[in-house]
Parts: sequence; C-alpha cells; structure tokens
Amino acid sequence: MTDKKLLMGNEAIALGAIEAGVQVVTGYPGTPSTEALETIARYAKRCGIYTEWSSNEKVALETAVGAAYSGAKALVTMKQVGLNVASDPLMSLSYIGVKGALVLLVADDPGPHSSQTEQDTRVFGHFANIPVLDPATPQEAYELTKLAFELSHEFEIPVILRTTTRVSHSCGDVEVKAAEPAPVETIEEGFVKDRRWTIFPKLTAERHPWLESVQEKLSEHFSELNLNSVFGSGKIGIITSGVSALYVKEAVKTVRDFEELFTLFRVGTVYPFPEKAVLSFLKDIDQLIVAEELDPYLEEQVLQLIGKFHLPVDVYGKKNGFFPVSGEYNVDIVTDSINRALVTCGESLRLSHASPAVSREKLPPLPIRAPTLCAGCMHRTVFYAFKQAAKQLKKEAQTDTIFSGDIGCYTLGNAYPLNMVDTCLCMGAGISLAGGLSRTNPKAKHVAFIGDSTFFHSGIPAVINAVYNGADITLAVLDNRTTAMTGHQPHPGVGVTVLGNASKAIEIADVVKSCGVESVRTINTVDPDSLESCVKAAKEAMNFNGPSVLVFKGKCVGITKPDKYYKIKPEACKGCGFCIKELGCPALNLDGDKPVIQDNCSGCGLCAQICPSEAICIGGVKL
Amino acid sequence: MKYDILIAGVGGQGVVLASRLLALAAMKAGFHVSTAETIGMSQREGSVSSHIRIGDEISGSLIPIGQADLLLGLEPAETVRNLPFLKEGGKVLVNTHVIPPASRPPGSPEYDPAALLSFLCTYYPDVFCSDFTELADDVGTYRAANVAMLGAAAGARVLPFKEEILREVLDAEIPEKYRAVNDAAFERARKCIRFISDA
Repeated sequence: MTDKKLLMGNEAIALGAIEAGVQVVTGYPGTPSTEALETIARYAKRCGIYTEWSSNEKVALETAVGAAYSGAKALVTMKQVGLNVASDPLMSLSYIGVKGALVLLVADDPGPHSSQTEQDTRVFGHFANIPVLDPATPQEAYELTKLAFELSHEFEIPVILRTTTRVSHSCGDVEVKAAEPAPVETIEEGFVKDRRWTIFPKLTAERHPWLESVQEKLSEHFSELNLNSVFGSGKIGIITSGVSALYVKEAVKTVRDFEELFTLFRVGTVYPFPEKAVLSFLKDIDQLIVAEELDPYLEEQVLQLIGKFHLPVDVYGKKNGFFPVSGEYNVDIVTDSINRALVTCGESLRLSHASPAVSREKLPPLPIRAPTLCAGCMHRTVFYAFKQAAKQLKKEAQTDTIFSGDIGCYTLGNAYPLNMVDTCLCMGAGISLAGGLSRTNPKAKHVAFIGDSTFFHSGIPAVINAVYNGADITLAVLDNRTTAMTGHQPHPGVGVTVLGNASKAIEIADVVKSCGVESVRTINTVDPDSLESCVKAAKEAMNFNGPSVLVFKGKCVGITKPDKYYKIKPEACKGCGFCIKELGCPALNLDGDKPVIQDNCSGCGLCAQICPSEAICIGGVKL
Repeated sequence: MKYDILIAGVGGQGVVLASRLLALAAMKAGFHVSTAETIGMSQREGSVSSHIRIGDEISGSLIPIGQADLLLGLEPAETVRNLPFLKEGGKVLVNTHVIPPASRPPGSPEYDPAALLSFLCTYYPDVFCSDFTELADDVGTYRAANVAMLGAAAGARVLPFKEEILREVLDAEIPEKYRAVNDAAFERARKCIRFISDA
C-alpha cells in the first residue's frame, strides 16, 4: 500500500535506494548531500544494509565498487566537490563497469550556498562517460533513484543521480510504495575472479569501444523515456532540466494559452543526451530558449544537434547573454531571461512578475549578518591564541605569519574580527599550501589549521610530504570530536561508526608521530583558563624549526551541553567593549554602552580571560 | 488554491522546525507542499529563511518576489530583509526581539530596530508585532519563540488550514519532554493575537 510522507529530497533518495534493494552504502558528508546516507543509516539494521561514513569520497567510491564487483547493489553519496576527490577511481571504473549496480548521488550547489565551487555534475558525467539523471522534486528524486539502480544493473555501468540544493534540501509530499521500507536481499558472496576487474592498458583499449557503444545505446534508450517530456505546441521551444523546469513552468503560466506560444521540453536524463527525442522536438520549432542553472550543458548539446542537422533554429541561452552564466536561478530570473529572449524573437507577449509593495531597492540599510563561529566554539580560542602568538613574534622578531585554513566550520575563522584565514582552497589543502608558501616566503612563519574530520579525509599525505621534504610549518589540528559543519557525523577519530557501533578511535597525535613529526603536543582547550597555555604552545611550535603539530582537543558546542555560563559584573565593567571587538562571539552584545552576555553563552570563558578589567566571571551553572 | 509562506530569522532560532510543522499541517489538510530551507554554513548565526509553498499543484520550492501571502519574521531585521517576497496586502507577523549581529565589520550599517519596525508599519500597517521570545521565555524557554509564532499565526487566522490540524502536528512532532512548554507558548501567543485581531 502506498503512503504519503513529507520528505526532504535526500530522504526520498534514501527510501528509493532501499526500495531498489541497495545493500552497501558509503559516503563522506557534504552539504547538500549528507542526509541521504544518514537516512539509510537509520534503517540499516532493520533492512540489512551495510552503511559507512568512509574517510573520504575516493575511499567511499572504491569501497562501493568492491561491493558492486561482487554483484551487490551499492550507493555512494557526496557533494559535487567530493566527486573531484573520487574522480580517479571513477574515470577508470567507467571502462570496467560493474556487475551488481552502482549509483552515485552527487549534489550540486548553485549559488553556492555552502560550497567552494559552482561546478556542474552533468558535465562531469559527460566527461566521464557516466549516465546522469537530473530530478526536479523530492518525488522525482525517489523515482529516479530506483531508475538509476535499474539502469546501472542493466547496462553494467555506474550511474550518477545528480541533484541540486533545491532538490536535496527541499521537502515535499512524496508518495512512497510502502509506509516502512522492507529488508533488502541478503548479500551473497558473489565475487568471481575474472581479468575484467583488473585495469590494464590492453583491457582499457578493449573496453573503450564498448564504453562508447553504451553511450549510444543509452541515448537511444533515453529518447524513449517519458522522463524527457514535451508539452505544448508553440513555435518557441524552451528546453530545461532539474529545478529550472519548475521555474519555467511557473513563469510561462503567467501568459494565457502559453501552450500555444511555447513548446516545453524537460530533459530528465541529461547524459547521454536523448538526441532522437530532442531532434524531433527541434524540428517543430523556430526558436529555442535554454533555461538551465550552472554550465550551458543543454545549450551545447542542442547547438551541436542544430549544427549536425543544419536546423533553422535560433538559440537563446547563456552563451549569447540571455541567461545568467552563474548563480542559483529562481522564477524571477527565469522570467526576466525568457522576456529578454522574447524581445529578440520579435514576440510581443511578455511573462509577468508580481510587483511587491517593497522592492529590494526600497529597503532601508540592513545589518550584515554573516555566518560566524558559535558562542563558545573551541576554534575561537585556538584562533585567538595564534593571533596573540603571531602578534608577539611580530613584536619580538618582526616575523610575519601566514595562516592557511581548510574546509569546515573553522573556515569561519576568516570572519571579522578574527581574520585568521589567509588561504583556503579545498579539503586538506591547507597543510601543503603552507608548505608551498614556506618555500617562497621563508622569513615568515607558516601555520595551517585543519579540523579532525578533514585531517582524516586528506590531511595525512600532506603531513607526510611536510616531513619528507622538511617543510618548516606548524599544523594546528582543531579536534572537536565530530564533523561539525555538515551536521555532526562521526569520523575515524571518534571511536563510533554511523550505525553507533564502537570502533577503534584513531589518535591524531599518534598518526602524525608515526608520520615522523618530531614536535607533537596535545593541548586541552576545555579548561576555562586555557588561553595562556594555547598561546604559549602556539609560539613554541611556530618557533620550532621543521614541521610541528599541535592537536587542540575540545568539544563542539553544537552537540554538548554547556555546564556553566559567564556574566559581566556591571560595577567592574568599564564599557571598553574589548571583548566584543576582539572576539565577535554571538553571546556578547552591547546593551546601551556596556557589553552583556546573553543566554546562548556556553561557558568557554575566553572573554573572561581577555577582559582588561577582569569584569567577567562565572555567572552560574547551566542545567 | 495557492498559499505561500515565508519564515525569516537567524540561524539557531528554529526556522527549519517551524517550516516542517507548517508543511506537515498543509499535507494533512490535503494540499501539495514544497519547502526550501537554509541548511549549511548560514545556520551558524547567519540570516536564514524557509519558503513553504502550499497548493493544489506542485511548484518549485522558492517563492517568487512579491508572491508570499504570509511572512513570519522571527527577528526584525530579518523580517524587513525578506519583505520584497511579500505580496501587496500580504500578512506579516514579527517577533520584535532583536538579535544584533555577532560582529560589525567596518562599513556595515548600524542596526536600528525601531527604524526598521516603523518602516515595516508604513508599508504593512496591520502588521502584528510582539516580543515572542519574551513570551516564550515567560512560559519556559526562549527557544520556543518559533512555535509561539505559529500560535500567533493561528490566532491571526492567517493559515490556510484549521488550527486543530496544526495542533495535532505539534503533538505528533515535538518530543514529549518539550511538548508542554511548546504547547504553552503556542497557546499564549494564539490567544494574545486572537484578542488583538478580534478587537
């Protein structure tokens, strides 16, 4: 019996995967993909699904590949930049193919809201010769997940289910097949030894023609699917995919009888491009508008088709300036872009906008509210300590310090007033970047910050390189015992798996020692008077000649309960505002001309340690 | 039927939960629903908003400019920031409790909540203003301000479904140990706004 649930796109994907019989699920957390694996983990025991957070996306994919080689159905989840990490195994895998089924959920982030790139996984699929499905709603995400498993099994090739933030992180009413997911088939020991599993130049040469022929077969197959749907009978075509299809639908509806003016083509299977279906659509139109977020992928595909078949169709898209080339779309952007195209088409009709009472231009000046480290976050203490240590070194020896950051909550150390991130590139890059900077700026000190989960993800090879090549850098590991930014997932240092089972907790200090780092210290940041010891340790490490590591241990206030809070003694406070100006802590605010500490104080005590008037003290116990 | 609701606030105020409760109630009332939340980096004390689109048809989850029927503002500046989404004659409820930004980088505008609220009143004279954080704090915890605002919306009769449905959802969704305080916040805000709107 079917059931209707309010599901986030990622939850819908999880239920779709379980219904498709997924047996092995791996991934690395990354916004906006994380909840898919977390949802499966909730059903893992009941449904008999092996689920793990892997140490990074490459490892996750390779683990899933092993399962799929054995005939199992496997799912790997990651965000778009995670696919870059996993691209090495993926590129080879396309030649080899799979036996059971292998689906990659890859979540793109137009905007971007929470990412370092605006890359387009549709294009990655094209590059890697891997089919890509592009759902628009949570309901479609559920359906297309099941289709992805079917295609992967039938064509023996990995399949990418590509979402965007507005699919993965939208909630909608989803009709699912059963109220509760049923157990999946038990994994059979099905690995059969065969030379096809061992990539080798000769094998690749043999498989390449097969890989190309699969692309053709899939393009033919996709042209038959009603996922690639046509609507309307107008002479102006609009081709679109993903959430943009919904924006187009809403935008054109503002015109009466829009189906007589436009013909809409929504592409659900974006790669391999369903050429036959698109060709028959192109034959009936004179003008074509292309509405898509991120890269001009559909646009390039249709331009090729138009050229190949000498079709008399004008195209209006990103390449000739009708649509924005970057950023997230919405109904208003799509409306304006289509209207621009309509003007050039010589069409007199226009799509209409609602006009708000208060337009953006009319708004009064509003405070800037940038994301910031939480009140009581241990990272603030460590950043502040290094800031003080660097100031002292500058004063004593005129030495500058360059701080390299990394990906996680602690990227927020870049914000005013801390300003403690001078470089940030991608997961695990800070350590090697600091090494590179040290070669070209030898007079300066070089500090790299990395979080615990990021250290395990891709920090270790960089530590080995620093030791091997003798880089004079200091690594500060911010160990708050969780993968905080993506919603507090466990990792190899925590001693617990995604299913809540105990596992061996790997000590970061032991890892760096075994990599050959000679100067290694572990510092506790939990003590409310830890600042002085942090500053001292930071300075000593920075003065050490060669690679040094400080592992700062603390807790994440997002998942621990504070035991106390601080208050300001009004009689002692001189109202200098030093605490606010130095720390930017969200618990500190001005009330009139004096700072106050608010309810969200979680008792780190950093402000009390820096107050020049010693006016801040423990206010009480938090229950 | 089509009804678009926008909830605006600061990361940590419970915007995502409020959005989920409204979406569940809309579904229970037999509508399609689609929501878009801010999840990720901005949840760390940044500006956040949730779009909730309720109707007979499925649409994209982002509300176009000037089309929201209702704006629930959990914080004055965040309410004003999202006003362009509200349609002419749309309803707005605002929590007057101010959350100053954690830091003021050089060149960022001064936060003048009184000026912002009076701007709001110029364009939407029948706005409902109250300190829902204080109201929630009075019944047990400032954290229930989000649920208090749902109660206020029910009290103002601006939701596209019966308030009993929302209540049932609240009972089913809020964990038992927090239920009493959330119920109290909901009920007090509902009564208070009902009194004003019926007066």
